[in-house]
Formats: sequence, C-alpha cells, structure tokens
Amino acid sequence: MAAPYDKNDDSVVVVIGSGAGGGTLGAELAINGIDTVILEAGGRHETEDFENDEWPMFSKISWLDKRTTSGSWRVAQDFAGLPAWIVKAVGGSTVHWAGASLRFQPHEFKAHTTYGDIAGASLLDWPIDLKEMEPWYAKAEDRMGVTRTNDIPGLPGNNNFRIMKAGADKLGYKECHTGRMAINSQPRHDRAGCQQIGFCFQGCKTGAKWSTLVAEIPKGEATGKLEVRPNAQVLKIEHDKSGKVTGVLYADKDGNQQRQKARAVCVAGNSIESPRLLLNSASSMFPDGLANSSGQVGRNYMRHMTGSVYAVFDKPVHMYRGTTMAGIIMDEAKHDPTRGFAAGYEMETLSLGVPFLAAFLDPGAWGREFSSAMDMYPNMAGMWLVGEDMPQEKNAITLHKSEKDAHGLPIPNVHFDDHENDIAMRNHAYRQGAAVYDAVGATRTFPTPPYPSTHNLGTNRMSEKPGDGVVNKWGQAHDVKNLFVSDGSVFTTGAAENPTLTIVSLALRQAHHIKDRMAKGTL
Amino acid sequence: MRLVDKRPKVSRREVLAAGGAALVAATVTPAGVVMGKAWAATPAALKPETFATLVQMSRDIYPHDNFADALYATAVEGLDKAAKGDAGTKKLLEDGVSVLDAAAQKAHKMPYDQVGWELDRVILLRAIEKDPFFQKVRGHLVTGLYNQPKVWTLLGYEGESASKGGYIDRGFDDINWI
Repeated sequence: MAAPYDKNDDSVVVVIGSGAGGGTLGAELAINGIDTVILEAGGRHETEDFENDEWPMFSKISWLDKRTTSGSWRVAQDFAGLPAWIVKAVGGSTVHWAGASLRFQPHEFKAHTTYGDIAGASLLDWPIDLKEMEPWYAKAEDRMGVTRTNDIPGLPGNNNFRIMKAGADKLGYKECHTGRMAINSQPRHDRAGCQQIGFCFQGCKTGAKWSTLVAEIPKGEATGKLEVRPNAQVLKIEHDKSGKVTGVLYADKDGNQQRQKARAVCVAGNSIESPRLLLNSASSMFPDGLANSSGQVGRNYMRHMTGSVYAVFDKPVHMYRGTTMAGIIMDEAKHDPTRGFAAGYEMETLSLGVPFLAAFLDPGAWGREFSSAMDMYPNMAGMWLVGEDMPQEKNAITLHKSEKDAHGLPIPNVHFDDHENDIAMRNHAYRQGAAVYDAVGATRTFPTPPYPSTHNLGTNRMSEKPGDGVVNKWGQAHDVKNLFVSDGSVFTTGAAENPTLTIVSLALRQAHHIKDRMAKGTL
Repeated sequence: MRLVDKRPKVSRREVLAAGGAALVAATVTPAGVVMGKAWAATPAALKPETFATLVQMSRDIYPHDNFADALYATAVEGLDKAAKGDAGTKKLLEDGVSVLDAAAQKAHKMPYDQVGWELDRVILLRAIEKDPFFQKVRGHLVTGLYNQPKVWTLLGYEGESASKGGYIDRGFDDINWI
C-alpha cells in the first residue's frame, strides 16, 4: 500500500501527534517500510509561514485550546489559562524549540536508587539505562545534526554567550560552551547553516534548526509510506472485546467525526493531551481510562524546575542577536546533595524580544521598577535555568468536572505544586545565575519566575512493574498490547537536560521495536 | 559594536511637541475629540475624559520618559475598541476611572490626571492594583504598549532580522568590552 491511506485500512500504524516523538516515530516507521498515518491536531505551517514576530507566531502555532490550572506553582497565578507553552501544528513543539540536545547522565536513569526516598516524591528508576540508550542517542544525534557530535563544530558564541562565558570563567565553572545544539553550524543533510537570525522560538527561517516538520516528516513522506493528516484532533481510541485497540475516532477540520482503523496506535500528543486522550477513552472494559489499571495515567506530571535570570550591564549586549540558546554551563547539572537538594540543573543562554520580555520578565509587575528594566533592554543578558524536578503523584492531568471542549469532551486541568526540592534548587540556581552576571559587572539582576511549561513530562510513565506506571521499557502500554506512548509523557523521571533528544532517541528505538514485532508476527 | 539608534523616527516638529511631560496634557474638545500633544483621538465607546485619564494611567503604569504620549494613546485606543465590542468592559473602564478620580479628589482635591507628582498618582494606583479595572488596563498594556514597533525602536530592539540576513554579519558577536 502507499499513502494516502483509506480510513478502513486496518493495516496501518496510527501515530497521534507529529512532534519530537510522533513525527520521528512516524518517519522512522515509514522509512522502514511500515504503512503509517500521523494524525495531527494542528494545521501545517511550512517555513514560509514563519514570522520574526513573537505574538503573531504565538497566535499562529501555539496550543491555545482551553485548559485550567490548579496548585501552588506560580504559573497558575500568572498564566491561569496557559499551563503549557507548546505547539499545535505539524512538527509539534519542535517548530518552536530552541535546539538544546543533551544526553541524560547515567544516574538520571536511576533517580530513585541515586537520590533515595524523598518525602512526597514518587521517584522510580527507569527500566532502561544509559548503556541501552547510547546507540539510540548516537543515531538521534546524527539525524538531528547535533553540534559537538559527529565531528560537527559548535555554533559560534553570540554576545549573550560571551557574557555568560566570561562570568562562568570568573566563577571557576569548567563546562561552559555553545552547547550541543540541533542547529546546523554549517550546511548538513540538505539544510542550511545558522544565519544567527535569533527568533529560534518562532520557527527557523533557514531550516538550520532541526524539526520534525523540516527534517523527519519530509523524509518519511518521500517513501510513500507516510500520510500526515493535519487538523485531525483525536477524540477517542477504540478497542475490541479482546482489549486490543482497533482505531481512533477523530474530528476533521470541519469538526466532522471520522474513524481511522489501525493495526497499532501510538500516542504522542504531549504530556497533557496524551493522558487526557487515554482518560477520555474510558469504556466499560476500561472504566478508569485506557491503559490505566495502575491508576497512574495523568499522574507524576513534571515540568522541570525552571526560572530565568536576566541582568543589566552598563554597556550594550544585544542578547537577541543570534541563536537563542547556544550557550550552556553544565557544572551544576551533577547530583551533589551538599548544595541542599537532590539532582541538578543546567544554565542556558536565553533571550526574549521586547514583546515577550514585557510579558514574562516579571508577570504582573508595573511602575518604574519594571519600566526602568525595559529601558535597559539593549544592555541585558539572559539565561534560562532548567533542572530535574521531583515527580509527585498529586501533580496530575485530570479531566475537568464540568468544562467541555468544542467536541463535548472534558478539558484537562493541570495541577502542580512545587516540591521543596524544586524550590531549593530554584533558589540555588537564581543565586548562581546572578553570580555569573555579577562577576562581569551586572548593575542589576532579575530572578524571573517560570514561563508556562515547555517541558511537559511524565504523565504516562515507563515502569518495570505494571503497577508503578503506564508503559513498559518500549513505551508499550502494560494493559494493551498494540497501544504505545511515544512522547515525553513516558519519562519515569525528568533529568536535568532538555528532553527532546531523549524523546527522539526513544521514538527511534520504539520504531525498531515495532518493526521487529511486526516481523515476528506479534503485533 | 554596532549600536542601535534609539531615537524615534519622527519629524522634528513631532519631537518638539512630544516633549517629556510627566503629566499627559490632553484637552477634550466640544466635539468629543481628545487633543494631546502631537496626538488626537476620537473615542468610539469611552467618554473622552475617561480616555484621557486612561492615557495618563497608562504612562504611570509603564513610565518611559522617552515615549511620546501618542504611544500610550495608541494603547488606550485598544481598550476603547474592546469597550465598543463589550458593554461589560465599557462599564468596567468607566466605573474604574470614576473610582480612581474619586480617590484622587479625596486625597488631593483634584481629578487623577491633574495630580502633579507621579508618586502621588502611583500611590492611588497601588491601592487598586488587585482590582479587575486595574488588571484589565495593565494586562492590555503588556501587548497594547510593548507590541508597538515604534516602542521597539525606542527601547533599542531591532525586531525582524531574517530579511536582513540575520545577524551573522551584523553584530551577533561584536561585544568589545567583556
């Protein structure tokens, strides 16, 4: 068979979502000869649709369907209706990601063993380790063109990085460089080299930045074995009397319901929509939701310990010029409990344009304290702080009791309370971030609170034992043999690193697992 | 380093007229037009006096001494437009300004936009900063003010860069003082 596929074709693998997980998985299945249909809730915006303009691009590609928030996290106060800052479009959040591509550290796959029992945390070891992941990380790094791997040079440092580097040197940090970035420092794999445009978050205008939109999906489509169906919002996963999934019900661009049959279904809708879909797929056989005999679907929601530090200097910086996140200090990523918390964090360059900085520098602030900071915009440097947060059972995606979406399905509520370990880590990171800038003469620093979550993780976690999580080491549902989860929701714990490289590596590994099982006739 | 020219791209006459006034000087004509320095607005929904007070309030919320009043008036036009489309918003803004003026009268025996010192006006605003009225105005300004390309220029932000070839040859790494 060749794409496009008939809706009654029950030989296809259906992948829900086209981001780092779904887009990679769908392309890799197709490249390996497997008939695949990707259903993507959002539209298809190609590179020519991208604008170097923050709010118009935000409106064009963000997931803005209604969601509610609860819990003590500051996002619930500052951005009550926008818990997550992710993309609803072909390519998913790889369209707006910054490109940081870091492998986990060995101990981060064994968080429970390494950190021990921490009150209030539902820590668990991954059922896999770094050794098992290494070949998949290597394959992903090659596919994505990660700098400082595969003999690809690092990106050149921009002004924002040069400030960070000078401060890091003064503080005695040893691991500071322009990062491992899935952004071409020179032309590679039919994609251009970086032109230092800035606006990495608004979709890369040259294609230098890897995304499933420009790098994976076209390769998959070229095989004739991949159909990407945009504007297809999956409403429910259906199953037969034996408990095997048979296909999905989705709403097309006109809101009409369609049914796509499937041999297997892979869920990759990001860590809010994926558990929501499983919960909304409850049936008489699975009354608590599909794949939820453990009760863990939607639980252990993680969003990384985050925060930012911006600093003002007495001379110009122009932080917005050039690659947004090509700069990192890795010294604090280690697990060193003498700092007063478990796990670690990365410090990465970050800049926002005036429109976004006005919204995110200090949400709700006003008066001269705020406007005088904006007045110093050209003299600002900025960094993002990203570290491992503690999984907690009570941090969860649940179905709203009364509010429904356009299709009559309950909308998701996102509940998050910071763990005291998260707070201790954030305070340490704020101090160290400010110290980096103070060391090179900052006149003023700002401990900026977390943005809406870009790293949404853990709500269908991977576990050795079926009672501890939702999927096994392959991302296969413990309860349903031909149902897989293929996005960051399978993360058992969050690690300190930006998650995309691990999501892509897991998706490549899963594609080959599915291929092997199909070859053996067990799927 | 390639520095950014923060001077406004306007005529000499406009620059002179814009001045650097702490107080937004606006008058309302009999025809209902709000006349400021180098700007004028004809509110579609709000009372002209309300519009003028909101311009002053906007400057006090995000005071930038190199911004002409016209930029704040442009932001308030967005509020006026919202008020035209929604009676609830209109009432929120009209009532809010009335309450603010009453507080100013009580404290200073004059309406809000006549109170001479910014600090005195800010004290009046701090008293209502949790109220829906204040939150509506402040929330709107985040984009209504800071998403204006003229404001970007005044703050030294260069905006779009792809059509200029990015910054690879335009100073992405030209810092010379570190």
